Amino acid sequence: MDAVNHYDAIVIGAGPAGLTAGIYLSRAKVRTLILNEGTVGGQMVLTHEIANYPGVENISGYQLSGIMKKQAINFGCDIRANISIKRLELNDLLKQVILSDGTVYTAYAIILSPGGRSRTLGVRGEDEFKGRGISYCATCDGDFFTDREIIVVGGGNSALEEAVSLTKYASKVTVIHQFDHFQAFEHAVEEAHKNPRIAFLMESAVTGFNGNEKIESVDIKNLKTGETSNFRTDGAFIFIGYVPNTEFLKGLVSLNKWGEIIVDSNMSTNIEGVYAAGDSTAKRYRQVTTAVGDGTIAALAASAYINDLKVKQKQPAEI
Amino acid sequence: MLYTNLKHLESAADLKKAVSENENVMVICGRMGPMCIPVYGIAEELEDEYRHVKFYDMEFDNPEANIIRSLPEVRGFMGIPFTIYYKNGKVVKATSSIQTREQVTAILDKEFSTTVNA
Repeated sequence: MDAVNHYDAIVIGAGPAGLTAGIYLSRAKVRTLILNEGTVGGQMVLTHEIANYPGVENISGYQLSGIMKKQAINFGCDIRANISIKRLELNDLLKQVILSDGTVYTAYAIILSPGGRSRTLGVRGEDEFKGRGISYCATCDGDFFTDREIIVVGGGNSALEEAVSLTKYASKVTVIHQFDHFQAFEHAVEEAHKNPRIAFLMESAVTGFNGNEKIESVDIKNLKTGETSNFRTDGAFIFIGYVPNTEFLKGLVSLNKWGEIIVDSNMSTNIEGVYAAGDSTAKRYRQVTTAVGDGTIAALAASAYINDLKVKQKQPAEI
Repeated sequence: MLYTNLKHLESAADLKKAVSENENVMVICGRMGPMCIPVYGIAEELEDEYRHVKFYDMEFDNPEANIIRSLPEVRGFMGIPFTIYYKNGKVVKATSSIQTREQVTAILDKEFSTTVNA
């Protein structure tokens, strides 16, 4: 066991769940390392404004993640960001995290909080026209579409709220959704329906993007009749939910059919000493506050597990 | 104002100076938004690893950033950040919208590879 690369606990993922776990573990004097494949803060960083985080009237996701990171570091937590995980060994008492650069970290407990990412359509032209008419962020790119006609793909709260927000710029917004009804809350559906600049194309799916330097049209399939058509557009905003970043956990811990990590009320997975927290777990509500709660529970459970383990190791073996 | 740890370019003159004084330059022109922040984060992490490259950011809404917004290489771009790679004062690559660490390092390795003398 390499003392330098050995920790009591390793947290994988530095969103609100992972950072909270890091804060709680480090404050409890549990030697902790947070490993993160992307930017510290996770999806929280991507939130322009958080107005319902208790105790904080208004803050950007970027600022809140910066504070959480500072808190964790101040309690002694080590953080390594933008790393790449090659392999995990979770079944032994001493768990291993092997990075692509060859570094091996060991720990008694692992907390998995890899979060999620925006779902993409996965159709022809989507990669090619990203940033050239296809966007996943209305507040970032809305102004490029002033007086243009655009489409919004999706039928949840994000899709309808962003469709309304995009009418500040676009002359016409057509919402394309695969079902005959929306999954969004009633008030969001109402807002969209009463906006004169918004049109709807239900039971339809985008099957491809066309253009030269930038997007010029999309191919649409009517899911009821099977008919395909070409729809002229200057831009496409895609809001079709999130997918958990759990591909690297397949075969290691129990996942449900959506790839979400299955946990109990202590955030324990099916592997002893392995916990999970945040958006990558199987649950209904995904908020910064729920991720923080998950991270707290996982940290407390992991801390108790590590303490028990250390006590047992000190006891003489039974004869 | 961009709250990053990268060196900031405040004017077109700053940019011209940076690309004239350094062989390899990467400039991320964006806002403090969801698509831009991850790219700043990647650049901050890569600064130590790619010491032969100078990393800068520039505020997209700064009128001086027109020097980037009007580049022929960004024609058709409709997503921030605009990330521009300069070698010996010339644009060798430009990307639009969010990029992954792998996408950024692939460009850095291709465009700014260091010459090894046999």
